[in-house]
Amino acid sequence: MEPPAKYLYYPGCSLKATGVAYEESLLTTLRLLEIPVEELSDWNCCGATAYMSVSEASATLLALRNLALAHQAGTKDVLAPCSACYLTLRKSHELATHYPEAAKDVERFLEQAGLPRPDSVRVRHPLEVLYTDVGIQRLRELTVRRLQGVRMASYYGCQAVRPYGEVDDPHEPVRMDEVLRAVGVETVDYPLKTKCCGGSLTGTIHEVGLRLNYILLKEAQRKGAQAIVTICPLCQFNLDAYQREIRKQTGEPIDMPVLYLTQVIGWALGGGFRELGLHRAISGRKLIEQWFTVKKEAETYV
Amino acid sequence: MERQIRYQREANLEWARQFTKQPGGERLLSCIQCGTCSGACPLSIYMDLTPRQVIALVREGFREDALRSKTIWLCASCYACAVECPQKISITDIMYRLKREAIRSNLYPKRFPIPVLAREFCEMVRRRGRNSEFWVVFRMALRSNPFVLFSMARTGWDLWRTGRLSLRKERIRRINDLQFIPAASKEVD
Amino acid sequence: MSERNGEVRIGVYICHCGVNIAATVDVRAVAEYAATLPGVVVARDYKYMCSDPGQEMIQQDIRDHQLNRVVVAACSPSLHERTFRNAVERAGLNPFFFQMVNIREHDSWVHSDREAATEKAKDLVRAAVMRVYFHKPLERRRVPVNPDVLVVGGGIAGIHAALTVANSGKRVYLVEREPTIGGHMAQFDKTFPTLDCAACILTPKMSAVKEHPNITLWTYSEVVSVDGSVGDYRVVVKRKPRYVREDLCVGCLQCIEACVFKEAKFDDEFNLGLSKRKPIYIPFPQATPKVVVIDPEACIQLRTGKCKKACLEACAERGAIDFEQKETYEEIHVGSIIIATGFQTFDPRRMPQYGYGKYPNVYTTLEVERLVNASGPTGGQVVTRDGRVPESVGIILCVGSRDERTNRWCSRVCCMTSLKLAHLIKEHTGAEVFIFYIDMRAAGKGYEEFYQRVLNEGVHFVRGRVAEITDWAMDPSEEGKLIARVEDTNTGFVRRIPLDMVVLAVGLEPQFDALNVQRLFGIGCSMDGFFLERHPKLAPSPTYTDGIFIAGVCQGPKDIPDSVMQAGYAAAEAIALADTGFFELEPNTAYIIAEECSGCKTCIPLCPYQAITFNEEKKKAFVNEVLCKGCGTCVAACPSGSIKQNLFEDEEIFSEIEGVLAYA
Repeated sequence: MEPPAKYLYYPGCSLKATGVAYEESLLTTLRLLEIPVEELSDWNCCGATAYMSVSEASATLLALRNLALAHQAGTKDVLAPCSACYLTLRKSHELATHYPEAAKDVERFLEQAGLPRPDSVRVRHPLEVLYTDVGIQRLRELTVRRLQGVRMASYYGCQAVRPYGEVDDPHEPVRMDEVLRAVGVETVDYPLKTKCCGGSLTGTIHEVGLRLNYILLKEAQRKGAQAIVTICPLCQFNLDAYQREIRKQTGEPIDMPVLYLTQVIGWALGGGFRELGLHRAISGRKLIEQWFTVKKEAETYV
Repeated sequence: MERQIRYQREANLEWARQFTKQPGGERLLSCIQCGTCSGACPLSIYMDLTPRQVIALVREGFREDALRSKTIWLCASCYACAVECPQKISITDIMYRLKREAIRSNLYPKRFPIPVLAREFCEMVRRRGRNSEFWVVFRMALRSNPFVLFSMARTGWDLWRTGRLSLRKERIRRINDLQFIPAASKEVD
Repeated sequence: MSERNGEVRIGVYICHCGVNIAATVDVRAVAEYAATLPGVVVARDYKYMCSDPGQEMIQQDIRDHQLNRVVVAACSPSLHERTFRNAVERAGLNPFFFQMVNIREHDSWVHSDREAATEKAKDLVRAAVMRVYFHKPLERRRVPVNPDVLVVGGGIAGIHAALTVANSGKRVYLVEREPTIGGHMAQFDKTFPTLDCAACILTPKMSAVKEHPNITLWTYSEVVSVDGSVGDYRVVVKRKPRYVREDLCVGCLQCIEACVFKEAKFDDEFNLGLSKRKPIYIPFPQATPKVVVIDPEACIQLRTGKCKKACLEACAERGAIDFEQKETYEEIHVGSIIIATGFQTFDPRRMPQYGYGKYPNVYTTLEVERLVNASGPTGGQVVTRDGRVPESVGIILCVGSRDERTNRWCSRVCCMTSLKLAHLIKEHTGAEVFIFYIDMRAAGKGYEEFYQRVLNEGVHFVRGRVAEITDWAMDPSEEGKLIARVEDTNTGFVRRIPLDMVVLAVGLEPQFDALNVQRLFGIGCSMDGFFLERHPKLAPSPTYTDGIFIAGVCQGPKDIPDSVMQAGYAAAEAIALADTGFFELEPNTAYIIAEECSGCKTCIPLCPYQAITFNEEKKKAFVNEVLCKGCGTCVAACPSGSIKQNLFEDEEIFSEIEGVLAYA
């Protein structure tokens, strides 16, 4: 499959707020890879899991408006970095295609809003872009900095690989590890790769959410990882923002950087500390500063 | 002592039949009650009923028992059950369907923060086209348990100082497009 | 109306089949309609045409009304065509002056609109009436049956079938792909529910095969081509080189001792890689024939030609080792074939959530059979790969069975196998044993009693399908263990159970090359890939190809007693066929009007049964009616239209088509 000429970037709400570092690092990485990307004009919220809990029909239309806008803009590939956005957009597309009842609603809505049918639009995730469109070989060639001696656990969370399994295998995903290894990062065997971070539960049933994140952090530590690498803003937020509370509750000295894949890759490709949003981390700041500082004489250029 | 018995007249078989015709419910009748869903679920350990039990209730037409359970609200939509189910039942979609019906029929646990968040979220998105994380969480807390705001303060500060907390209320330009979406609020209220 | 047929007098009979047909089709109306058709003298409907009174009615009408054609509209011809042809014949009419119409499978069972279904029945009956008008009297031909029988597959089913046929005095060729017969049963330790030692009951039958004067045993051999048809199959068997002469080797095993590999370092297939063997080896001590075999992938001499050939020296006296051996081909003629090619176990790597291949202490049931076996890789010690005696063992049922994502069927043997292994593991180690099951299926003589016995031994029965096996510990009690996360559906709790050893009860599935075997022998497959029997209840061993029978798990999952029973049944069918001495062929064969044949040879390569030959002298093609299956390919292909087919003559087919299209 030929990589597309251009991607339309669908940020979703998180990448404009708590996940702003994801946006910064993603755009920097794509720039360094010389991949043209443009933000989808006047995008709206995908509806996430919450809207689907209230109305299936409305949630589907809400999500599809974005795909219709993308179709109108003449781009086939919509890049949705947030796993929840990725899944919601992908799912609504499927619902509208496979269920005649839903398809009727969609048709009516699009007509009223004066939007085209988004039939040919594909929803893509940044990991797919790095792994499939760019490819391991090219990443290896373009690497200018190696994070040597740093062991990381790749963490997918749930909705990027489930239920569709297109971004990676739902049981034993390996692509993130391969991408990380391509730029010289050592990865550990992390059995909780696709276990849920609790999503919005940290905000609603706080204790339960904390416990899930504690387990994820603890196991990463046990497997010898010094950092966790994520591809979803909610995973990153949950794992990063609550470490202080987890420390307090469990008494365990956990202070682990939780990075975006695009921050690590962007750095390897030569991106700068602030343009990758690395200054926005809450936990593990000391390690982050130590790893991502341009070393004068010891700089390990490849 | 409360009697623990279900009479067959309480079973809503027509409802169960309808359920199997909706998107996601098609394979419900294939369930062999193996419990793989519950075993795979990261949150089943907090649920009042296991996902398998919810499936059994739906299939047998015990509508209220299914709709009143906390289980459906604890589902984080991680799809682990759906991927593991040997009968390929979309359990996540079944949970969504139950959540929606619980809200519509006013059978969800009151003051339980999860449905409250869902409603606040939808309200904001319907009106503005986008969700502003801060304001959704703020309003949910006000409506369920305001004291929780104190415990969130520290996290809020962390986000503020790293430039990750946006107080802006986002809004899309062509907000009129959304008026053609059947108002979810009708189903909410 | 054709002169040739004289006065045609047709009787039409519409069957109710109880309510099977009558509930959807107005049978009375169909009969009344049929009575109006040209040539029809009498038309009736009756509750069960296949019953004695039903058949009697037809015969009476033939006599009373001088009928010379009969049409019955009832069920599928595959069920009762023969019944009615015989009835017609008993009344003195040629049996091929008969035509059957299927208004059940093709009509009442697949429609719900009574009016439309009735109209369809009328159309079908009209077509048959117009067709039967042109029928001609035909004679069935008999072909002689060669009494020799080929048995393919040397597991318990093949062994039993071969011995049964051989005991009746027939010659049997038993062909086995592996170097020894015995199949999967030879790998088992004990057998449920009696706990008989598998080897103790199997090896006498293996020796009996070897010693039987009527059995020709070819191991390390495969069938490569099958020609001919019932009564006379011509089969070519490839005998792979084992680089050891079977006629000279006495199984002293000194060559293995002498091999330049001092250490065994190649995976031992019989022990599923749990132990090692040398390049020259014997699969297991009771292997039959007791002849060593050389693995050409491992042997230095065969790979490079540069070995000092210590084995050759050790066998100098007998000279059984022969590095120059080449594969040979044997051609045999047999009258019937019994296929008993068995199964393979499900590869649990297809379910990564159980960690097989990732965690060393996750095993399959077959591997544990070898572990508990006294002659197995650990000498009967049940120990983990790191040498510990397990304190807790979990057996997971339905791995690769009852699963839409892998195999949908129940593999039938895993429940009992797991009960047996639970008992044996407990006996060997005293470990706490957990059986994770969805439904416990113990239907068989003495099986439920065995389940009770294992329950009373204190094995834990957790009703739930394990979601995943991991090695991540929640607390120190789980450290170093494999953890099964499962909903115990009996209590409703989600449980985490730490285990030292996990046993996956892997399901049974068709052999990887079952499709090739199916094509080679021209038999069918059901949806799941197992070979298809002629009838699921009444003919579970014959296939749709006459003279070919199936037995054992290649037909569908079953345990040893059921395999043996089916093998005996297949043998009885083969013996009956051989003892009858002939087989009656359907007369629907093709024939060539010699005067019209232009000798273009178009038909010859098209015939799938090699039934057409060319007479060079006369420059004409000729159809061997014994080989012809009546497929009609040549009839359609002949450019000069000189090939005809009995029962499918042009006028018969065209008037049938006219009949079905002409609306009433």
